[in-house]
Amino acid sequence: MAYDKFNVLTSTAYPLPTENVDTDQIIPARFLKATERKDFDINFFRDWRFNQDGTPKADFPLNKEIYAGSKILVGGRNFGSGSSREHAAWSVYDFGLRCVISSAFADIFKNNCLNVGVLPVQVSPEFADTLFAAIMADPKTEIKVDLPNQTVTLVATGESESFEINSYKKDNMLNGFDDIDYLKNIENEIAAFAETRPF
Amino acid sequence: MAKTLFDKVWDSHVVRSVKDGPDVFFIDRHFIHEVTSPVAFLGLESRGNSVVYPERTFATADHNTPTINQHLPVADPLSANQLDALENNAAKYGISHWGLGDKNNGIVHVVGPENGITLPGATIVCGDSHTSTHGAFGAIAFGIGTSEVEMVLSTQCIMQPKPKSMRINVNGKLGLGVTPKDVALYIISQQTTSGATGYFVEYAGDVFEDMTMEGRMTVCNLSIEMGARGGMIAPDAKTFEYLKGRSQTPKGADWDKAMNYWETLYTDEGASFDAEFNYDAADIEPMITYGTNPGMGIGVTKSIPNAEAVEGGVETYKKSLGYMSFNEGDAMIGKQIDFVFLGSCTNGRIEDFRAFCSIVKGRKKADNVTAWLVPGSHKVVDQIKAEGLDKIIDDAGFVLREPGCSACLAMNDDKIPAGKLSVSTSNRNFEGRQGPGSRTLLASPLVAAASAVEGKVTDPRTLLV
Repeated sequence: MAYDKFNVLTSTAYPLPTENVDTDQIIPARFLKATERKDFDINFFRDWRFNQDGTPKADFPLNKEIYAGSKILVGGRNFGSGSSREHAAWSVYDFGLRCVISSAFADIFKNNCLNVGVLPVQVSPEFADTLFAAIMADPKTEIKVDLPNQTVTLVATGESESFEINSYKKDNMLNGFDDIDYLKNIENEIAAFAETRPF
Repeated sequence: MAKTLFDKVWDSHVVRSVKDGPDVFFIDRHFIHEVTSPVAFLGLESRGNSVVYPERTFATADHNTPTINQHLPVADPLSANQLDALENNAAKYGISHWGLGDKNNGIVHVVGPENGITLPGATIVCGDSHTSTHGAFGAIAFGIGTSEVEMVLSTQCIMQPKPKSMRINVNGKLGLGVTPKDVALYIISQQTTSGATGYFVEYAGDVFEDMTMEGRMTVCNLSIEMGARGGMIAPDAKTFEYLKGRSQTPKGADWDKAMNYWETLYTDEGASFDAEFNYDAADIEPMITYGTNPGMGIGVTKSIPNAEAVEGGVETYKKSLGYMSFNEGDAMIGKQIDFVFLGSCTNGRIEDFRAFCSIVKGRKKADNVTAWLVPGSHKVVDQIKAEGLDKIIDDAGFVLREPGCSACLAMNDDKIPAGKLSVSTSNRNFEGRQGPGSRTLLASPLVAAASAVEGKVTDPRTLLV
């Protein structure tokens, strides 16, 4: 499914410093029953955003009006652990987020994000702390994520750090390309390889 | 140059390497189920693609299926819709499909090996993180997202950077009542829930050599719970013995040819790993978790550690204990429980039912416990009956249900109610994993059985003679 290209994003951010946020929290299993990809924002962090009677939990950062409309989420260490459900990345995207920043990501979640147009930005634990502190001090803190230059910057102070992304994935994100287009273009090479497999 | 087992299998599946990018990685075997495949088929169709190698993909229904009355239509319309989508997509593209009621049906990571689809040296993926299970056979197996399911369907490849390698050696003899599940929970407690992120693990040493294939599957299954993409164990005589004659394994000359290859699948002397850890079997006791990730595990006789004694942030730790309604310093033994779940791709195999029965035989289920015993497949059910375990289960006041993922992730009706405490042989104790508000203690089938008959968390060694 096509996604919007990613270039430079400047936005306020939702802070979620809890560590080891697993994909069962990002979207609980009982909301994985769709056969189409749509509206996954509705149950994004369902049990952390809402009480069992469906009323919102006012103190949960994603429900706070002051952060509304942010396109970045700054998450705690080991964000996205657990289940491989791509629905978690879809729900991030459908909620309006284009970038998740954390000091560490779980592998599959990170991969899924890159495949659906959400940029996972891994920063040092110290820089993550700096970002959390800045947002706590001023909820309107703006963060600039510059993909071409691979930097993440606190706009107000200019504090900045570079981040890693391989040039293939970077090119994909900048242009809205995806892996399937790449793979279909080398179909014949894959077919020849398949012939060599013993089983 | 000396190569690791992982290098041998990985390198032989690289179609090409993208400069400063991932490898184009060929997939030999692809499992699909009803939850993570429908959108992949939609994507495939919207691009005008088809399934290039349908004989390399295998479909089974497991995640949302009921575990009672499987002969009746599935009542939940959303689940029924997903099951229909799987069946229809499989039929449309010529993919073999083991739907509800099929004699080969069961949890994807149970039916793959028992039908000989899982083979040493193969690459295996599925839209499910516990695909790491198949590494027990010396395969490279890992979970993928739905975009990648579509890639495999339409090209038989995915694009993956090669993970770093880790070897975990456990040597010595396991004590009484210590099972493969305990070995895995112990390793994860040492590594933490994210310690192996970015790595692919090889398990080596006496303990794994001595394990049955079922035990090795339990260990490899849980690799993802310390963040590893997968785990694998070098195939040996036990592996080949397990596979020989299964319905989809190579036969005759093909078997001999395969064996010639499989016997080369081990880590060469002198091969190096990016990380290596050694543990002693004597340090491992029956384990139980007390928190909301699988790394939060301790010996069943131990007390919950203080926040300062564990790695990670204090606030996250306190939030976790708060969810569990536990306190630092609490003993686990004696905590009153409400539910016991025996099953899942982690512990839903015949050996797990044998272990459970070894404790409940001649005893009775405690009145305060609701127990769900869910075999991993119909073949496991048949074996349970052939061995007379169903009689032991029945006499002890338990009921055997029908196969599926069940209360491991509670997508069907098998949901632990809010606030209730469950001893579960599954793989995740995340908040709400077994139902909104449910509280999960991960443990072995022996700990589950002992707790089920005592009605509280119990050290199984007190019931084993």
